Formats: sequence, structure tokens, C-alpha cells
Amino acid sequence: MTRPTQLQDVAAIVVGASAGGIHAMMQICKDLPTNYPLPIIVTLHMQDMRDSRLAALFQHHLRLRVKDAEDKESIRPGILYFAVPGYHLSIERERVFSFSCEPPLHFSRPSIDILMESAVDAYGANLMGILMTGANQDGAAGLLAIKQAGGICVVQDPAEAEIDYMPKSALALQTPDLILTLAEINALLISLGDHHVH
Amino acid sequence: MEPSAKVIANRLNESKVNEARVNEPQRLSTLDIELRLLMEAIYLRYSYDFRDYAGASQKRRVVQAVRAFDCKSVSELQARVLHDPDLFMQLLQYLTIPVSEMFRDPSYYACLRQEVIPVLKTYPSLKIWVAGCSTGEEVYSLAILLREEGLLDRTIIYATDINPQSLEKARKGVFPLDRIALYAKNYQEAGGQLDFSSYYTAAYNAALFDRSLCDNVTFADHSLSTDSVFSETHLVTCRNVLIYFNRGLQDRALGLFHESLCHRGFLGLGSKESIDFSDYSQRFEPLQKRERIFRKL
Ligand SMILES: C[S@@+](CC[C@H](N)C(=O)[O-])C[C@H]1O[C@@H](n2cnc3c(N)ncnc32)[C@H](O)[C@@H]1O
Repeated sequence: MTRPTQLQDVAAIVVGASAGGIHAMMQICKDLPTNYPLPIIVTLHMQDMRDSRLAALFQHHLRLRVKDAEDKESIRPGILYFAVPGYHLSIERERVFSFSCEPPLHFSRPSIDILMESAVDAYGANLMGILMTGANQDGAAGLLAIKQAGGICVVQDPAEAEIDYMPKSALALQTPDLILTLAEINALLISLGDHHVH
Repeated sequence: MEPSAKVIANRLNESKVNEARVNEPQRLSTLDIELRLLMEAIYLRYSYDFRDYAGASQKRRVVQAVRAFDCKSVSELQARVLHDPDLFMQLLQYLTIPVSEMFRDPSYYACLRQEVIPVLKTYPSLKIWVAGCSTGEEVYSLAILLREEGLLDRTIIYATDINPQSLEKARKGVFPLDRIALYAKNYQEAGGQLDFSSYYTAAYNAALFDRSLCDNVTFADHSLSTDSVFSETHLVTCRNVLIYFNRGLQDRALGLFHESLCHRGFLGLGSKESIDFSDYSQRFEPLQKRERIFRKL
């Protein structure tokens, strides 16, 4: 059956951000319940430190379960996964994570483009991509791939973004389904969860 | 006033005009089919088995090769590779990710020094397997560590890989001079106490490592996908290789390591690698979870 992707069709959410991304992520994940029906997979550019404390930091503030993605781990709903520094994070067709050490893309490893483009191969149209604040064009091509596959694309309103380069780069390549503030993205995610609870 | 979630959701549903195939299993794209056929062709023609590698990264690297070799499609690349062994050798450089670093993740080597070496010292002679050694940086790092701990003379190191060009570089032990500052820093962070420059001589833009470090090293072609165990060992280190495999092939490789290792032998993996999702997760116990160093059960 061929019809437009709707909220209830979404099977995974992939998110990218760089400078200002921690704060933005906190805002959009606020109040998501422990039994959230979807996986949320995030690539945030960080200084290349070996041990990211992102998962612990977020777990402290969120009810949703938070963890670092691990190589060959099956992706499950109700978990917020972070890419670890130093490795690209991809999603395989079998919906498991894979790591790789290919050279950085847009000076970034992990790269948002790599996460989003591989997510398209795994989820096709059943995907929502969100791109937020950042001083880097990484993610713009990945979000375009989501759009071309028929998934739902959300870009943070550049007027609100701490650094508008990343959202503007995305907007230069496409007109996304939604341009939203962080509070609105948060509301959307909550409503997305409600759509899945039947 | 912020619009409510409902308003946003409605706006979204109104805005969707593009037709998409939803809630169906992802069908193989033409590119995916071509990739499978390429790996099959390589296996049949050259006996290199890339069929059970993790697909996402493999796809990106083949697409890069298609561009670099000026082909219009993976199918065209396949036709050329089938008829041209030299081109296959070039493609192999894309398929194998030949990147490495001396004392990569210094804390790993520090942990080997502090927690593994003392046990290894209790054996009269030692065998170590560096699987997927690439261009040899890991082997030279290990040899330096063993020499400083007085173990190198009674150790045989098997350093294996499937990429003959990488193995050739590894045998030479010549590394670019502009990488040495990083390696020296890693060496120190890993607990090295000597002057790192005592291990190499600099010439032109290269550092030539002390030949005697490799007196007991055997560099050999060996594939974790198709070959079997060749020796009993006390320590296997296989770093940043398993991440390129799918779960089934990871299990095969871990099976080889398990079979090769002696009673309570040691296994070291890359700093973000995991055996938690493998059939072998219960057959190794973590010695240092953070450094991914395990012992055979
Ligand atoms: C990214 S390098 C890792 C180098 C080094 N171990 C390190 O961590 O720095 C991966 C290596 O695995 C090798 N490799 C890939 N497939 C292999 C296989 N089936 N059997 C043995 N080695 C393999 C590649 O040729 C490459 O040299």
C-alpha cells in the first residue's frame, strides 16, 4: 500500500545536533515516559573524548531509559541511544547498530549523515529525522535522504537555534515537513508516543 | 502561545504530500542487490569472503570505490574486478579499512602491562596472536611493551591479516614521521618509560623501527572469515576488526579465538567492541570491562 507516512507509521526517530545540542536534546526529550513506544537514536558532536558522559547526564534528567549504543546491539523501543565518540554509528538493515572507524565526515566522527543515511536503509519511510542547532553542515544530506525515502523531516527553527548553521544547511537542501521550536518538537514527540498507544 | 501537540500533528499530516511505501519490510534496492552480487563474485573469483560483513559501512566504501575507479555502477565495477586482479587489489584497500595507530587507546596497553603481563610472565614461553594487524602499528606497540617487560625473547607473535599490501608494510616497520608525535604521546600515556625515539631511526619523512623487535614475529595471511585455528596462544588481540562483521561472522571469529586460547587465556578487543550480543558472551569473562580485556572460561 502506498500512502503518505503518518505519525503512527514512524518506527524510529533519529536526531542530530552539534554546538548547543545537549541543551536542545534535553528540551525535546523532557517528560517522555519510560514506556515510550519508539527508539530515539542520537548523534551529537562532542569534543573527541574517549568516554562520553552523555548517557549518564541524560539519564539523570529523564525518565526514558538512556544508554550508549553498542556494536551489534538490537534497537529497542523506549530507549534513547547515543552514538559514542570516535566511531561512526550506523543502523544495519536488521535494525542493529554497527560501529566503524572510517575517516571523519564533515570533521565529525560520529557523523549525523552516516547515521541518517543508514537509518533510511533500515527503516525506509517509517522514520522521523530531526536536525537541530549546530555549527556544521553534517546532517543536511542525511535529512535529505530521509525526505527522499518518504520519512518525516523536522528542522529546528533557525531563529531559535543557538547556532543556526546546521538547521540552515538542512533548509538549503529541502523544505522539511516541519520547522519547529524545541518546545514544539517536544510536544510532537509526546504526541507521537500517544499515536502509538492503541 | 505554543501550538498544542495536536495542532502540530495535524499540520504535519496536512503537509505530507509525498507518496511513500509504509510499514512494509525494506525491500532490497538495486544497489543492495549489486552489492551482494559483487561480494559473491569476489568470493568465487578470489576466495576473499566479504559476504558476512556489516552492510552499512561496506556499502559506503564500495560506493566510494565506484567513484574512485570511475565506474557508473557497482555492476560495472564487478565486471571489471572479475577480469582484473590488479583492480581487485585496489578494491581490497577500500574493503579492508587499513588504518591503525601505535599504542591506540593508551589505557588498553597500560592495562595489558599492569594486569595481563604479570600472568604471562609465569609461562616459560608465550604465543600471542594479533588478528587483523593491518599495517603493523599494533604489533610494534606490543613488541615494545614485551621487550620492556623482559618477555619479548621468549614470545612468538603471529600477526595476521587478509590485506597483503598491509602485511608488506607491517613487515617493513616504516611509519610516517608526522605520526610519531602522537605515537610517542600514546606510548607515554600507556606507561612507557623510555625515550620513544630509542625504538626507531628517522630518515627523510619516515621512522624505521628497530628490526630486532620483529625477530620473533611471523606476519601471515589469515582470514577470520574462511581460515581455521593454526596454533595455541596465550593472548589474542583483535582490535577494531569485529565491528566490520555481522553477528554471525563475529561469532565465527570469537570461536576461533576461544579455540586457540589456552586455559584462562586472554582476549583483547577494541575499546568500543562488545561480546554481549554474541553466542560467546558466556564463554569469556571480563578482566577489565572498560578496556575490553577478557579471559577464556
Ligand atoms: C581498522 S583495521 C584495525 C587495525 C588494528 N588492529 C587497530 O586496531 O589499529 C581492520 C583490519 O582488519 C582486517 N580484516 C578485515 N577482515 C578480515 C578478516 N576476515 N580476517 C582477518 N583480518 C581482517 C583488515 O584488513 C584491516 O587491516
